[in-house]
Amino acid sequence: MRQRNSSMEGPDGSQLFEDTSGAGPRTQSGYRNQQTEPQQAGFAGQSLLSDPMSNLAMAYGSSLASQGKEMVDKNLDRFIPISKLKYYFAVDTVYVGKKLGLLVFPYMHNNWEVSYQQDTPVAPRFDVNAPDLYIPAMSFITYVLVAGVALGTQNRFSPELLGVQASSALVWLIMEVLAVLLSLYLVTVNTDLTTIDLLAFSGYKYVGMIVGLVAGLLFGRPAYYLSLLWCCAAIFVFTIRTLRLKLLSEAAAEGKLVRGTRNQLRMYLTMSIAAAQPIFMYWLTYHLIR
Amino acid sequence: MAFTLYSLIQTAILCTNAIAVLHEERFLSKVGWAVDQGVGGFGDDPGIKAQILTLIRSVRTVMRVPLIIVNSACIVLLLLFG
Repeated sequence: MRQRNSSMEGPDGSQLFEDTSGAGPRTQSGYRNQQTEPQQAGFAGQSLLSDPMSNLAMAYGSSLASQGKEMVDKNLDRFIPISKLKYYFAVDTVYVGKKLGLLVFPYMHNNWEVSYQQDTPVAPRFDVNAPDLYIPAMSFITYVLVAGVALGTQNRFSPELLGVQASSALVWLIMEVLAVLLSLYLVTVNTDLTTIDLLAFSGYKYVGMIVGLVAGLLFGRPAYYLSLLWCCAAIFVFTIRTLRLKLLSEAAAEGKLVRGTRNQLRMYLTMSIAAAQPIFMYWLTYHLIR
Repeated sequence: MAFTLYSLIQTAILCTNAIAVLHEERFLSKVGWAVDQGVGGFGDDPGIKAQILTLIRSVRTVMRVPLIIVNSACIVLLLLFG
């Protein structure tokens, strides 16, 4: 029992080991001494926490870090509306499953309206018709990876090509969104479609592209053409049915023929946006299947 | 086909330059695309031609100074790095 004591008495009465417990005879002056003396192995943690100088340093550092984080958050929020983006990622598995099924087979769905809740659109988790950014983002990344796999099967792969595929697909996406924004401005459509909504709708075609590419990789060119045809038709119908409610006026959206150049223009606009999707789907995938 | 983000920036600069260069007096009024004449009522929507003219005019007004800066930077960079 006596050997368990941390401070053992040596032959001349002085202590062999330091008294490392904080309740030793040295209390106030012990702090400074422990700082100047060489620290022992398991001891450094305790002294760091109990030392007032390092306490001060830690407090100052954490306050600096929180200030910096506040500043970054505030400035970032000016350029990229983070809170609005969070709405687009509020999805769950059921929604993703239903939406993917809708993208491939939109023919049985009847009610395409987005439900509102006191003037704000409901989060995608609760409404299948609401646009989200999760599916477009994930399918874009998957498309780049599948393109890499497709290039690899033809012995044309190199890691730079992944970056080239990604940046060229991104450029086409940005140009498409800009073209749609420009045409929406020219036709003076009063709609509540935001830029991020358009980005989401343009990103949905990547799902069809992935389906076509995977079918082409597994089963050869005829399967690629068949599945791409199916997905092109599905995306065409999906886009028309979704955009019809947002772009056209009330009466025309219900299918009645409304005369007038305005509605004609809007109908042409919807048609051309929907027709651009299959074109892009073919343009971005045909060079990957040989 | 191999687009990069840099080529997108170049395209944007070239297109904006092209729009900003259309002079009001020397060219647009000769063609008949001057400052939107007779746009008329505020209630009715202006129509495509008036929208395009408004777009050209606003690009010219807003982007004049930033285009000077961006073009100078582009010229210097191309001279230095090819």
